[in-house]
Amino acid sequence: MKVIVPIKRVVDYNVKVRPLNDESGVDLNNVKMSINPFCEIAVEEAVRLKEAGSATEIVAVTVGSQASQEQLRTALALGADRAVLLETNDNVEPLGIAKLLAKLCEEEKPDLIILGKQAIDGDNNQTGQMLAALLGFPQATFASELKINDGVATVTREIDGGLQTIAVNLPAIVTTDLRLNEPRYASLPNIMKAKKKELNVIDASSLGIDFVSRLTTLKVELPPSRDAGVKVESVEELVDKLKNEAKVI
Amino acid sequence: MKILVIAEHDNHSIKASTLNTVAAGKKLDGELDVLVMGSSCADAVNEAAKISGINSVISIDGSHLENALAEETANNAADIASQYTHVFLPATTFGKNIMPRLAALLDVQPISDIIEIIDGSTYKRPIYAGSCIATVKTEQSLIIASVRTTAFDAAQIGDAGVNVTSQDPKDSLAISNFVGEELAKSDRPELTAADIIISGGRGMQSGENFSLLEGIADKLGAAVGASRAAVDSGFVPNDYQVGQTGKIVAPNLYIAVGISGAIQHLAGMKDSKVIVAINKDEDAPIFQVADYGLVADLFTALPELESLL
Ligand SMILES: Cc1cc2nc3c(=O)[nH]c(=O)nc-3n(C[C@H](O)[C@H](O)[C@H](O)COP(=O)(O)OP(=O)(O)OC[C@H]3O[C@@H](n4cnc5c(N)ncnc54)[C@H](O)[C@@H]3O)c2cc1C
Ligand SMILES: Nc1ncnc2c1ncn2[C@@H]1O[C@H](COP(=O)(O)O)[C@@H](O)[C@H]1O
Repeated sequence: MKVIVPIKRVVDYNVKVRPLNDESGVDLNNVKMSINPFCEIAVEEAVRLKEAGSATEIVAVTVGSQASQEQLRTALALGADRAVLLETNDNVEPLGIAKLLAKLCEEEKPDLIILGKQAIDGDNNQTGQMLAALLGFPQATFASELKINDGVATVTREIDGGLQTIAVNLPAIVTTDLRLNEPRYASLPNIMKAKKKELNVIDASSLGIDFVSRLTTLKVELPPSRDAGVKVESVEELVDKLKNEAKVI
Repeated sequence: MKILVIAEHDNHSIKASTLNTVAAGKKLDGELDVLVMGSSCADAVNEAAKISGINSVISIDGSHLENALAEETANNAADIASQYTHVFLPATTFGKNIMPRLAALLDVQPISDIIEIIDGSTYKRPIYAGSCIATVKTEQSLIIASVRTTAFDAAQIGDAGVNVTSQDPKDSLAISNFVGEELAKSDRPELTAADIIISGGRGMQSGENFSLLEGIADKLGAAVGASRAAVDSGFVPNDYQVGQTGKIVAPNLYIAVGISGAIQHLAGMKDSKVIVAINKDEDAPIFQVADYGLVADLFTALPELESLL
């Protein structure tokens, strides 16, 4: 079984981003970049499938600039076998990314594609579902458990009311939720080995896909700030304030 | 403008998220229809027809639509959606699952999680866990969006029903199957609908200790929530999680207990009207968003709070 894992280079989750002074976008100067946490979980899940003997090859893919080679190397160090960079300096939206990934999947013919449920920069939560639609594959989103058996993926999904289990025919799309697994750390020997693994760079514009943006960002601003609150000295004072000042209980 | 809202329901009744989504749709100037796809869902359809201010309801009833599998719902909604200028779904796990699939079938780049409608083509949405708010505009002739339910007051349900038209379902794609569901059962209000929420974090130390919160929740008629750390530690089930990647809530009162206030948690609750934080670390970031902060050990503060209510 061949597994493709699309990953994204994003601002590290510990960084608190701010708008640029002219509000034209977010300030990404000198901020730490990492592999999107949900994509890391996706890579880990693929590696576990390989260790369990059900996956035979793992291909990590990203749409992005040269700089995202760094995140592909991270995926290789975690256990992906090879990597593909669909290189572009454009800001590509989920529909464009899904189209580019669909094109690659037509050639690679994976049995399973594992994506993160959302990239923590745009918080879109779209790409996996869109790729599934474009390929005509079933989708199991927000996965917290994945089992593969006889050409069927049985997936437990985190939904608002609790957990739902569905069975999807392979080839299928799975998107990861936080509790699917806890990703390992790449060991130093594996980081060294990753440097020698195959990383294929393809010019995204050579694929004949239209990935022009459909949305324009007019402005990026801070959310309304909350007024500074007060510290209360005791539980009694707290209850009094909630009853008589805020009037919420 | 012609607006379609795809309803979230459980075949018997309409979910509150549908009412918020209709309210968002009604901010646009145009006729609004509601699409209900389900199985033996006449009750839900009848309830949808009573949502005030809508034009009509379209219903598609088929056994393969019972569990809102994305493949089937998107496939059935696509032709209908293409006749509208705007298609809105709630940004719940129901809507997040279906909305992008539907959009891709129609070659549309959708807009996730809108919190404000500036005009028919311009919307505000949070990015980077709510650290920033982006204003986005699109020239697409069909706009598909998911609606952050806490950002729009619910539409009302009235007495009179609007016209309902039924359409035949498309054949099942037969590529996915519902296996089962473990839905949390609780006598307390749902997190996303509660007026008051009391949430616990890693500071609670164990699942048993959540009974300290439950006692207070019972007195206040509150829902109980949690941080990711509390869920990951196995104190409570996943559907308790509030945050960037859990539930987005905005109750009148949110009480955070033993929660440090990581940006990913704040993303899910900082639009609450009044925020209370109880934490033994006076420098915990949660105090920066709290209207009332109490620096205390939760194991002494919670029993005292319960007895004073
Ligand atoms: C991609 C991603 C997505 C995430 N999504 C979410 C999300 O949706 N929701 C979410 O909550 N988190 C999310 N997180 C995790 C988030 O970054 C934090 O790790 C998490 O919120 C911390 O939970 P906590 O505050 O309970 O734990 P901690 O940060 O460990 O804080 C525990 C707090 O309890 C206090 N405390 C301890 N003992 C006591 C006591 N006896 N009395 C009083 N106070 C006490 C401590 O002072 C401390 O402030 C996400 C992280 C990532 C990477
Ligand atoms: N530029 C990209 N290249 C490859 N995969 C991506 C890219 N952007 C998003 N993805 C995948 O889609 C998932 C969801 O992203 P999003 O729809 O942007 O929230 C991510 O976790 C990745 O697995």
